[in-house]
Amino acid sequence: MRQLTEDETQKVFEKLANYIGKNIKNLINKDHVFRLQKDRVYYVSKTIANFATSIARENLMSLGICLGKFTKTGKFRLHITALQILAPLSKYKVWIKPNGEMPFLYGNHILKAHLSKISDNVPEHVGIIVFNEKDIPLGFGVSSKSTNEIKNVDPTSIIVFRQSDIGEYLRDEDTLFA
Amino acid sequence: MGSRQLKNRQRDPPSLDEFQARKSNKNKKSKRSNKESTEESSKHKKQKKSSHKDKEIEEPVEEENLPEVDYDKLAKESKALFDDDIEEDLQDEFDLEQEYENDEDEDNNNQIQWSDDEEMSDNDIEKLNMDNIEKLSAKLDKQDQEIQEEAEMELQEQNLQEKITDVLLNDDELEENEDLTTTRTRMLEIVKILENFSTLADPTKSRSQYTERLLKDIVKYFGYTEFLAEKLFQLFSPTEAIEFFEANEVSRPVTIRTNTLKTKRRDLAQSLVNKGVNLQPIPGNWSKTGLQVFESGIPIGATPEYLSGQYILQAASSFLPCIALDPQEGERILDMASAPGGKTTYISAMMKNTGVVFANDFNAKRTKSLIANIHRLGCTNTIVCNYDAREFPKVIGGFDRILLDAPCTGTGVIGKDPNVKLNRTPKDFMDIPHLQKQLLLSAIDSVDCNSKTGGVIVYSTCSVAVEEDEAVIDYALRKRPNVKLVDTGLAIGKEAFTSYRGKKFHQSVSLARRYYPHAYNVDGFFVAKFVKTGPSKFDDNKSSAKEKEFQAQKELEAESIINDDFAEFDDEEDEHYIKKSKKEALKKKGINPKSGKKKEDK
Repeated sequence: MRQLTEDETQKVFEKLANYIGKNIKNLINKDHVFRLQKDRVYYVSKTIANFATSIARENLMSLGICLGKFTKTGKFRLHITALQILAPLSKYKVWIKPNGEMPFLYGNHILKAHLSKISDNVPEHVGIIVFNEKDIPLGFGVSSKSTNEIKNVDPTSIIVFRQSDIGEYLRDEDTLFA
Repeated sequence: MGSRQLKNRQRDPPSLDEFQARKSNKNKKSKRSNKESTEESSKHKKQKKSSHKDKEIEEPVEEENLPEVDYDKLAKESKALFDDDIEEDLQDEFDLEQEYENDEDEDNNNQIQWSDDEEMSDNDIEKLNMDNIEKLSAKLDKQDQEIQEEAEMELQEQNLQEKITDVLLNDDELEENEDLTTTRTRMLEIVKILENFSTLADPTKSRSQYTERLLKDIVKYFGYTEFLAEKLFQLFSPTEAIEFFEANEVSRPVTIRTNTLKTKRRDLAQSLVNKGVNLQPIPGNWSKTGLQVFESGIPIGATPEYLSGQYILQAASSFLPCIALDPQEGERILDMASAPGGKTTYISAMMKNTGVVFANDFNAKRTKSLIANIHRLGCTNTIVCNYDAREFPKVIGGFDRILLDAPCTGTGVIGKDPNVKLNRTPKDFMDIPHLQKQLLLSAIDSVDCNSKTGGVIVYSTCSVAVEEDEAVIDYALRKRPNVKLVDTGLAIGKEAFTSYRGKKFHQSVSLARRYYPHAYNVDGFFVAKFVKTGPSKFDDNKSSAKEKEFQAQKELEAESIINDDFAEFDDEEDEHYIKKSKKEALKKKGINPKSGKKKEDK
């Protein structure tokens, strides 16, 4: 376990800023730190990070909340586990209807037919957090069209490309966690 | 099958409901008869006044004689009483008295009065009557019950006389492909006999013969290995044992635990009910977060609520150790064997994501599901590590509380995993407790006795075997005098054994709790709670798991010399002593052993 290098920090923050924009400053405070363990990045309170130093590197499996991992090519990928950190700080949100929940949780993109409501002024191709109508975060993705454009498309067209959804807890359990 | 069992049970004292029902019946009956007997009653009152004293003296005698009364006859008489003319029979007078005073409030007086006064006022008599009524109604209830029992017994005896001869069969006497229902019937018969051995058993047969037959039947009917069947059978009375084996054939109800970090139980129940899930809070009112699922049209492990971490599928029994652990906010807690994380996340939720929870598991593969659950339920205060738990406290010590849900043989969860029936060998019941003992000692050494809020160790297993439960905590109490057992604080559970088949455990072992599938409809489980009262020289034990294992092996060898494996015969060594004693014997007879030898040599 170690702190992130400058380069790594930049990559992580760029990715986070996609979804939470300026709210990223809420993540950076005295009590919480970012830690790298193996190829994964964890967001964790400082006391817990200190306690974790007594665990040997090969025995430490996880601490706090995992944000994502660095791929072999050096890119940073957000995992669904980061959702609980992103959701409260999210910049753009989309809410989907109950009949759209299961299709989304099975890994499909969001169609206009399933759209319940969406934040104003969402531009094209930005990170967006997906909620159901009870305000439970279900995943995140990228908007395919701006809010204004969505009004004019037919119901079967995709409005948000899925990147990650909580169905992955079941589908990708083997690869997602260590 | 069920009816037979029911019959067996009826001999238990009646439950409150039964009792009240019986009482109300009686009241109805007496009210009806009251009308008929109003004319008679006035006569009776006079009569009774005079005879009161006699009766009072005689009543206790009557009571003593009770068991000899013919109950059938008596019952008929008491029924026919108000149709017939008044009989002077003492017993009948009691009945009458009870009947006509029945309208008055029975609850007024609980004390039984006995007075020898010659003259009594009406009030006194009434008071007395009321006393008697209470007593008599109780007595009548008892009589009713006894009559029932009597009838039942007769029926049983009839059955038995038919079957008693063929209950005990040798293996070769059994039919090749015996019907399982026949086996079952025989099992129940034998259980009945064992429960009432002196009266029901064939006097020429011994108890062990019956038990042996029963065990063979259990093996056949339920599909256990003989070894395991015997081990489990010995834990219970025969009736309870059969109930236990039967309970293992059905699975426990599906239970889920609300994740209080994300939602409330009421909200969760509401949203699941809307999705067509039939559920209710876990009965018994000991858990505020548990829900029991009866049936569900949708897969309960794949709803959006599940995926967003609002609940976790968790057996009701695994709530218990966490409730016993009673974690407080801001503490440092270790869960020594934590996968798949049901208990860890419960602890985290109880602490409201404050402090720090170390979730350890020996199996790296199982940590995946552990990490998944931790993230899904949003527990931010956890550190997941992958050690042999015996490495603690070398890794890190000084915890406020430690939960050790030890790896076990799983004899409590046979309903969940039927493989246990066949896979467990006697060796498992030696090796696993051996590991459990080391784990528990490591847990004790890793706790900070000076913790302001804690210093608690909770030991739990999902096994009902005494070797893994009482024997282990007794071992810990012997090895670490600086811990003591305390009350688990759990609302349900049976006291653990303080002695078992000749082994005596520490008296305080009774503070631990056992759970059985047939008693609480949870998995078989065991929970013990320790408090560490002082430091010990082991507290900064820096030895690794391997060293501890080595140490424990050495101890085990030393112990076995003292205890059981000592008396093995060494033939070579014995030969020497045999020769010597033969020589001495010859000498005593006056023969020189050496001369004999010489002769032989020649």
